[in-house]
Amino acid sequence: MKAIEKVRIARDPRRPHFREFVKYVCDDFEELHGDRLVNDDRGLVGGLGKIGGFRCVVLGHNKGASVEENMESNFGMANPDGYRKAMRLASLAERLGMAVVTFVDTPGAYPGREAEERGQAEAIAKSLEFFSALRAPVVVVITGEGGSGGALAIAVGDRILMMENAVYSVISPEGCAGILWRDGSKAPEAAEALKITAPDLLSLGVIDEIVKEPKGGAHKNPKSACLAVKRSVLAQLKSLSKVPINELVDQRYAKFGAMGRFA
Amino acid sequence: MGWYEGKKEKSAVPPAKALWDVCPKCMSHFPKGKWKANGKICPKCNYHGRLSARERISMTADEGTFEELYSEVGYSDHLKFHDATGDYRSKIEAVKAKTGEGESIVVGKCAIGGHRAMLGVMDFSFMGGSLGTGTGERIARAVELAVKERRGLVIFSASGGARMHEGILSLMQMAKTSAAIGRLKAAGLPYISVLTDPTTGGVSASYAMLGDVNLTEPRALIGFAGRRVIENTIKQKLPDDFQSAEYLEKHGFIDRVVERGEMKGFIAKLLSYFGVSK
Ligand SMILES: [Zn+2]
Repeated sequence: MKAIEKVRIARDPRRPHFREFVKYVCDDFEELHGDRLVNDDRGLVGGLGKIGGFRCVVLGHNKGASVEENMESNFGMANPDGYRKAMRLASLAERLGMAVVTFVDTPGAYPGREAEERGQAEAIAKSLEFFSALRAPVVVVITGEGGSGGALAIAVGDRILMMENAVYSVISPEGCAGILWRDGSKAPEAAEALKITAPDLLSLGVIDEIVKEPKGGAHKNPKSACLAVKRSVLAQLKSLSKVPINELVDQRYAKFGAMGRFA
Repeated sequence: MGWYEGKKEKSAVPPAKALWDVCPKCMSHFPKGKWKANGKICPKCNYHGRLSARERISMTADEGTFEELYSEVGYSDHLKFHDATGDYRSKIEAVKAKTGEGESIVVGKCAIGGHRAMLGVMDFSFMGGSLGTGTGERIARAVELAVKERRGLVIFSASGGARMHEGILSLMQMAKTSAAIGRLKAAGLPYISVLTDPTTGGVSASYAMLGDVNLTEPRALIGFAGRRVIENTIKQKLPDDFQSAEYLEKHGFIDRVVERGEMKGFIAKLLSYFGVSK
């Protein structure tokens, strides 16, 4: 399948969103709100979830399932407040012996005036530094669109899973085509060149596992797609729970340190 | 995150360029030579113009102390990337030949006002200062060595963001560099970040914004998203000083806007406050 076809599937509005993943992956979930500073971002949401006996902090981009929710959440484009909320909640995991599970699905961080004024760059940067050193197991699932820094901010973890038709990229194919091809309609070429599909990222060492989707894509059978994610997340949580926390944090550091090291 | 080649506003420079120096910020014209003579600072608006990595190093490191490291670490063409205008390898090889640099950052150890420092300086003329795997690797290694040798870390950033031509692994350099800096801080060493014109995209959203002290120069452009992207999203015009050094200071993300002539002395003073040994 061409990369651009995967982009279309990854962005399909019928594709399972955060709420559906929570419904099928978690045995129980309670949302918690706010960054304790200025706001409760709706593009990045989170709370407490139980997954097969594991007590977890669950975070994810929320594109929304209705037009109202789409608008409220900026289609899953988080504000700095979202990243700060994510750090606040994830720090509970460190203190209270929980794991962190994140669901990544965003076109990118929100490009807005207030987002810049409240430090979008700083919030993402801090998030990268924070998750790199977090003393709790972190399992990341790229479920749809992994849109550059806005995705990576909650995608630094011990195991990175990616759904079969998800994409993960440094820049959107349209954005890349607009700059390097000077023609946004060359997005299919850019998508191919950027190597953004799950098999590409597996071979580049950026992800650890590909989660299979129902034939035709996750939207054809959201429940079965979510349950496949649950099985993989659970297996990873089990294997991570056996690793002493110091080792885990060192391994995470080494994992990202090795990315793009060719010498 | 990486749209450095999109910055084509520069092409608005009038043809009179041969006779005049033009400030790229306020478009004021000066007799040829005046720009350089004034340290690439605009006499009219005080915009602090871009410098090469070598110029910056020579005005920051104590004379004769800079020892470059990891110059053998360079770009990687693991995607065999090519676009409508050609392939990445030939483009970057041309940039290497033109600039004499091997990557968009130069790192090395030095003394600053006598203090033991690890210095990294980005060069915007090298692929728009884009963050590639070589850039990230040079930074990570330098930061790790700074921890071992108990050096204060100083990085001057100048970048349009992550380098598209190296795909997802460029993005991962944001995580790698931020993780390394986290470890330096945990080891009780300070990091002084200087965000020079321009520092945007994936570089502002990683190591550049993580300073214990964040400094910048007058009128530098600093931000995450591009101005036009934001205007298109919110359907509003933004204030003229949006994403300027002074604007970020006002909003709490920059500690100080420092004049170029004062920069070295101020960094040395910070290293002294932070107890970095001589
Ligand atoms: Zn000027």
